[in-house]
Amino acid sequence: MTKPSFVYVTYIRTSPEQLWQALTDGSLTRQYWAGRRIESDWTMGAPVTFWFDGKVSDSGKVLECDPPRRLSYSFRVEFVEALRSEPPSRVAFEIEKLDAQVKLTVTHDEFEPGSQVFAAISGGWPVILSGLKSLLETGRAIEFPTGSCDARRAKEEA
Amino acid sequence: MFKALADRSRRQLLDRLHQENGQTLGELCRRLEMTRQAVSKHLAILEAANLVVAVRRGREKLHYLNPVPIHEISERWIGKYERHRLQALAALKKGLEEEER
Repeated sequence: MTKPSFVYVTYIRTSPEQLWQALTDGSLTRQYWAGRRIESDWTMGAPVTFWFDGKVSDSGKVLECDPPRRLSYSFRVEFVEALRSEPPSRVAFEIEKLDAQVKLTVTHDEFEPGSQVFAAISGGWPVILSGLKSLLETGRAIEFPTGSCDARRAKEEA
Repeated sequence: MFKALADRSRRQLLDRLHQENGQTLGELCRRLEMTRQAVSKHLAILEAANLVVAVRRGREKLHYLNPVPIHEISERWIGKYERHRLQALAALKKGLEEEER
């Protein structure tokens, strides 16, 4: 068993079903996942594709799918040329209901030793998870920083 | 969360996990001048504040720094226009302080 590289936990006032939908529905992920629209039919082994600006930004395959409790897929960065050659890592979401809240645990592991993907994405998860929490609790994700292409896109679509 | 952070030993534990994520209680004790009981007590407080997450791996319990609540606090008070300027200031401070050494 390898040691997980990241383990993140956030508590969200929502239901497991709504959280599951927010993780698997592309029209929702694009609101909090830096504009990425996720696409998959969520069956075992099915491809998972992240779309951004009409291009594939990341890709993977469904490894576990037990709605609304556990979801896991492999994860390969396609957007950045230098990172494309790295073998895929693994992302897992675990959802537990606690009264009126849901505990979400995100584990990201199976990186290559010295992985550049690891370095590139290590700051990203807290931002994505804050956005996810905000979207589910308030109906609005946190706004993108201005000046980024994501922000410009969001403005154009508004 | 602020109560959990308002203690030097606990901030030190978070620093250790920031350097190397996913450590056992034993590993954390080895590098600190604290008893096992004290470390264990501080970890429980950090876990209750969701600043540390413990994950079982076989017989071991690994501790991870969970920066999500800290990020949520910064989202609350740092405006979207200020972020880049604050980053520039932090980089300037870091650069100047390193030069002095």
